[in-house]
Formats: sequence, C-alpha cells, structure tokens
Amino acid sequence: MNKTVNQKAWFLVLPVLVLVAFSAVIPLMTVVNYSVQDTFGNNVFFWAGLEWFEEMLSSDRMWDALGRQIAFSAIILAIEIPLGIFVALNMPKSGFWASFCLVLMSLPLLIPWNVVGTIWQIFGRVDIGLLGYTLDAIGINYNYTQDFYAAWATVIVMDVWHWTSLVALLAYAGLQSIPDAYYQAAKIDQASRWKVFRYIELPKMMGVLMIAILLRFMDSFMIYTEPFVVTGGGPGNSTTFLSIDLVKMALGQFDLGPAAAFSIMYYLVILLISWVFYTVMTNLDKRDGV
Amino acid sequence: MTDTAQAPGAASLPGRATEAPAVARRKLPIKGSVVVMTLYLVFLLLPIYWLLNMSLKTNTEILNSFTLWPRDLTFANYATILTDPAWYSGYINSLIYVSINVVITLVVALPAAYAFSRYHFMGDKHLFFWLLTNRMAPPAVFALPFFQLYSSVNLFDTHIAVALAHCLFNVPLAVWILEGFMRGVPKEIDETAYIDGYSFPRFFVKIFMPLIASGIGVAAFFAFMFSWVELLLSRTLTSVDAKPIAATMTRTVGAAGIDWGVLAAAGVLTIVPGALVIYFVRNYIAKGFALGRV
Repeated sequence: MNKTVNQKAWFLVLPVLVLVAFSAVIPLMTVVNYSVQDTFGNNVFFWAGLEWFEEMLSSDRMWDALGRQIAFSAIILAIEIPLGIFVALNMPKSGFWASFCLVLMSLPLLIPWNVVGTIWQIFGRVDIGLLGYTLDAIGINYNYTQDFYAAWATVIVMDVWHWTSLVALLAYAGLQSIPDAYYQAAKIDQASRWKVFRYIELPKMMGVLMIAILLRFMDSFMIYTEPFVVTGGGPGNSTTFLSIDLVKMALGQFDLGPAAAFSIMYYLVILLISWVFYTVMTNLDKRDGV
Repeated sequence: MTDTAQAPGAASLPGRATEAPAVARRKLPIKGSVVVMTLYLVFLLLPIYWLLNMSLKTNTEILNSFTLWPRDLTFANYATILTDPAWYSGYINSLIYVSINVVITLVVALPAAYAFSRYHFMGDKHLFFWLLTNRMAPPAVFALPFFQLYSSVNLFDTHIAVALAHCLFNVPLAVWILEGFMRGVPKEIDETAYIDGYSFPRFFVKIFMPLIASGIGVAAFFAFMFSWVELLLSRTLTSVDAKPIAATMTRTVGAAGIDWGVLAAAGVLTIVPGALVIYFVRNYIAKGFALGRV
C-alpha cells in the first residue's frame, strides 16, 4: 500500500510515545545511571566509569549464564519449531474437531508462568508426581533437584509443553491461508507429499514462522519464572539463566552497579539478535507484497 | 478454457477404476494425524489433569498414597480459597489490573497503529522498531528500576502501577497486531468517508473500528494473555493491596510443609479465566495468532 507523507501523524503516535517513554526510557536511564556509579550506601554515589562493565566482562559468572542461556534457547527452538510445524500439519482443517484442538492447545499459553512451574514441579516429583513416580517405578534415577541432566530435561520438556502450541497455531494459520488451487495443481503434477510441503506449504508459512521464531527466541531468552519455580536455578548453577542470575544479583544481593552493567549488556544482545530477525522478517513481508 | 475446466475431472476419471485402493491410501494419513494429535493433546493435558486430580484430594491422600484419581473426593481445598479473603482478593487484584491494562493498551495503540498503517512521517520506521524493542526488553532488567520509579511517584502497590508496567510489552505488541489488521483495510474507505464529510474521530469510531473489530479482539486477547501470565513485575510492584494471585500462591508454604491440595486448587483456579477467554475467541484464535498477517 502506498502511504502518503503526513507529519501530523505524529500526534496519533504521541500517546504511545509518552506512555512507553514513561515506562521504558526513565527506568532504562536509571539502569544506565547505576551502571557507571558506585556507592558506599546512604544514597551517596560517585562516578565509577566503565569499571562495572569491565568487572562483568572479565568474570566467569556472566559468560557462564550466557552460555547456558544460548544453549537453552537453541535447544527449545530446535525442538519447538519442527514439532510445531508437524502438529500443525496434522491438525483437522475445519469443523468441530478443529475448534476442539485449538481450544485445548491454547490452554497452556494462558496459564500464569509460575503456575506452569508449579504444575511441573508437582508432576516431576518422585513421591507425588505422575511423571517422577512413573520414571522412578521403571527404574530411571530421576531427581530434578539433584541431577544436572534431570534438571535440564525437566526445564526443556516444560518449555516444549508450554510453547509448542504457539508455534503450531501460527503455522496452522499460515496453512489455512493456502488456497485449494495450489493443492489441486500439485495433485495434477503428481507431486510427492514432501514436495508439497517443501515448495507450497513451507514458503507460504515462512512469514508466520518468522514471527514464531522471533517470539519464541525473545521469550526464551528472557525466561525467568518457570525454571525458577521448578529448579530455583539449581542444582548448583546449572539452570541459572540470564534473568535468574540478574534478579539474584539485583534484588537478592542488591549489587546495583554490576547488575546494571549486566542488564545493559543483556539488553543489547537481545536487541542485536532481534534486529536481525526483524530485518529478515520485513524483507520477507516486502517480497511477498503484503 | 474448456480444456482447463475439464482437466481435474479428466484426472479423476482414471482414478475411478482403482477407487478402492485409492480410498485406502487416502485414509491412512488421516488415521496417522489422529494418532499424532491424540498423543500431543495427551501430552498437553496430562500435567493439567494431575494438578486437577491433586486439587480434589486431601493432603493425607496426596502424601500417603499414589492414586490416579481421587478416592476420597473433597472440595475442601477450593472452599479454603473461596472463603478466605487473603486468597480470593488475589484473583480480584489480578483481574483488576489486567482489565485496566487491556483498556489502556487499546486506547493508546489504536491511533498509533492507524498512523503507522496509513502515513509516512519522519522517523516512522525507527519509531516502530524502537517500540518493538520494548517487547524484547527482559522484565528482569526493569524490575528494580520500576520498583524505584513507581515508589517515587507514590504508585507502589496500586493496580494502576502494575497495569502501566505491563503496558511496556503489551502496547508495542498491540500496535504491531493492529497495524497488521489495518493494512488489510483499503485506503479508499478512509477517503470516501472524508469526502462524505466525516471528521476523523467520527470516522474512526463509527466506520473504521467496526471494520477491524476482529483485530481489536485479537489485540485485547494478547494484552489479556501477557498481563495475566506475567509474575515478575506484578510481584515486584505490589505488597498487600494489589498483590496478584500468582504471588499469593507462595503462601501455601507453611510451618507444616507445603499445603499441596490448596496449592493445586489455586493453580486450577488460575487456569479458569484463561480457559473462558479462549472459549469465547476460539474461532479467531488461528488468524489471531498470525497477528493479522495471513
């Protein structure tokens, strides 16, 4: 759509600008402020320059958390995106069963995140949880509070349980938009199932899949509540992701300077990766002429 | 023209001779998909069932025996929550700030999305991306500054503080969704309305908003969803008066250990509002999740 140039449109954007500036710019400036100052208490601050940034960059703590975070996001994206597409391909196309599946699949998405944590915390316990009890009964030594692999497996399965439906629903929406004529043409050409997927369904889903990847990447990179409720970041530090570490530092130990420096670098990493996704996405939009 | 019209029919004619095997081959993938969907739905529902199961048991039954369904059915856990103000006020608080948030989000996002979908103006692309970056901001980064900001303007522990804080990620998302829906409305409609003498506010409310009603519904749904499920900010910004239900749930850890039954019942009750909302929007879910871009 060709838009007209109109500078007065700024007035329409103004309310959003004021609101988001109040709730984003002011707090962000506070963070920047803390990141370059030090204190001996009593609200007396003095200039510390880039000291905190240097300290954080040279400590293992942040790098370890970043490594775990990247591993976590990579694993859940690698599972959720293909699984979501697979589920979407198998969903009923219309009628009662389509609504039925949609409603049930959306259910995990609207459960408060700490309740998601509670559900899996209970579900995985060897004494009262179905999953833990069953695994224990068939002889698998499973204890997510003690064992590194069990903790990671629990956190990942929980995230797959929680968010695969979002990917599936997006992919499903993409599939619904493909006109029947495409499938008929493929049938006349006697295209195989794989070719139909590769050359018709996948390209048509690309736009919504990019949204899915962007949303899932952002949210998994900021994950806090669910793993915190289940494992508390343990055993040891093995499931301490960036947000968990940050909250521990800022609200637990009240190390404002390092926490602020940490925050800014954390934000910049997310911003950078999201910008890449966003650019790819808008280019896809333009190419499709949407 | 007649050739192309006949092509599908002609293609199906030879198929008719071998109809039986063709039907058998077509039925197989349908069965496969039923199996896949059943397995997936069982995977989704089993943990929720287990929570429901526990909420209907007594603590003795939970801790001393392992039962797949409640043998000693009790609603005492729900009674505890629904009669104790310390418990049920959590639900009311959550619903209040979620509603305020949805209203604020829609009111500010609608005109902004219209501007982005219709006009070019200085810095529009940068502004749009900057808005989106706020959706990408980790709540953990904002928890402490928010606490200080809202304390300094005397809004700490009020519903409006949580609602405003949640606008941080809901407003950008709503602008994004609404912009997608608005792009689908042809510009000629605006122009015709102006020629007919409609003023902008009247045109917007009377003509434009009904056209994107489903988009508004979807934006409201997402604002509800992300405000309802968020805990870190709402817990940091409240202490007593506006404490959300999600934070109240930590109360179950008492001197005698964790009250599993009540915890499970509280969990089940937090699922109910979401389930109701989903039921009402079920026909728009698929399109809605694509944010109007399909």
